[in-house]
Amino acid sequence: MDIGEVNRNTKILINGVPFAVEDVKFVKPGKGRAMYYLKLRNLFDSTTREQTYHSGDKVEEVNVSSSDMQYLYREGDNYVFMDNETFEQHSVPKDLLGTKSQFLKEGLVVTVSVMEGKVLEVILPKFVELVVVKGAASTKTDTITAQSKMVELETGGILAVPPFVKEGDIVKVDTRTNTYVERVATKK
Amino acid sequence: MARDESFRLSQIKANLERRALIYDIIRAFFRREGFLEAETPLLVPTVAPEKFITPFTVNGWFLSTSPEMHMKRLLAAGCGKIFQICHCFRKSERGQLHNPEFTMLEWYRVGADYMQIIQDTERLVLALAGRLGPGTTIRYQGREIDLTSPWSRITVRQAFMDSAGWDPFERLDEERFDVDLVEKVIPSFSPKHPTVLMDYPAEMASLARLRTGNPPVAERAEVFIGGLELANAYSELTDPPEQEKRFRQEIEALEQEGKYGITLPTKFLDSLSNLPECGGIALGIDRLVMLFCDAASIDEVIPFPWEIA
Repeated sequence: MDIGEVNRNTKILINGVPFAVEDVKFVKPGKGRAMYYLKLRNLFDSTTREQTYHSGDKVEEVNVSSSDMQYLYREGDNYVFMDNETFEQHSVPKDLLGTKSQFLKEGLVVTVSVMEGKVLEVILPKFVELVVVKGAASTKTDTITAQSKMVELETGGILAVPPFVKEGDIVKVDTRTNTYVERVATKK
Repeated sequence: MARDESFRLSQIKANLERRALIYDIIRAFFRREGFLEAETPLLVPTVAPEKFITPFTVNGWFLSTSPEMHMKRLLAAGCGKIFQICHCFRKSERGQLHNPEFTMLEWYRVGADYMQIIQDTERLVLALAGRLGPGTTIRYQGREIDLTSPWSRITVRQAFMDSAGWDPFERLDEERFDVDLVEKVIPSFSPKHPTVLMDYPAEMASLARLRTGNPPVAERAEVFIGGLELANAYSELTDPPEQEKRFRQEIEALEQEGKYGITLPTKFLDSLSNLPECGGIALGIDRLVMLFCDAASIDEVIPFPWEIA
């Protein structure tokens, strides 16, 4: 596509790496060629960079689609998701999920961006609700303080919670910060 | 949606009122100077071929990218000093300082050259500052700008030697020229007062007259205030064969990029032999309004930018 058609929603491919265009600054001397100062986010590693283009330059547009998928099950180091519309299954390596994997519960619906059949990013709902399965998880690094203690969730994740949270309680977790938000239900 | 719109418009209401006042002052200024206000068509059969200005097409015709050729046809017919405030349309020009539809002020003074037109511009801007209140100093984006004339003048050669380290008259690289103009030369201008960049390489003359010399220079000047490119003045070219040659070069450059459809403006070229010696200028009114409203973006001085028109 022509650089003039690029806008903030465009995704482009540079040397095989997909970038999301985060910002376009358009500068043009009245009679001269236009300059496009692009702010780009690498869709593989989320790093940002700047790149300048001029009138007439061409860029390679890439189609990145987003769809809702349901988490099915874990298979070794891979997590399997199913597209809710096409029922197509995608296997996502643990590395791509990072710490998000610890809050994945079977059946959870997430947003997955896919480029040419390859999963680029998995976005969890901002908040998930999970059952505490072990009231006091033992970890080597974290210490129990008066303000918080570590518990294990049904998904295997370890979370710092206030001391009053007990085994069997349901807690709300902020998946953007991996932190406890509140207790939504307590075991009867 | 409707609520968003009325909120946005209420935010810029003062700017739109000031804009209307600026139009009044401009018209009064030119009437006092004995100019005739002209009106030329916006829907036109052809536009001046320019490599980096792309017109919108409408049923095989174009939306005007500039009133210049029609205004010169009026001058050639002997109408004397004229000015016009009109909309211009340039495809794909959108940014903080650009909207594809924008407003231009153009005026032509018979018997004048480009530097006399720059003096008109100094007087006009000072008249605006005087009538709008701030006197000779305005505040734009956190800085004081002293508008007192004469504005500082610097030649293209000097400005490029000082700020970019090369002489565009020695060996012109037009791409490097544009990049260095934006990234090095314009940022080197003092933010405290306006700057006039003058005397362009012959290859960048467009519709300007050449002054013989070694090397020859195009009598073209641009005005910069507060980092904004505000206006472009020429001693107008009155030589039909030379103008035709330049247009043909531009058409060829456009066709090399696969852009067809812009034909030689023959009615304009036919009139050119009667064009009196004159100077003229095109001034972006939206940016002028931005300066006097302390607005960072063109969106703050027009009610309906492109995306939400």
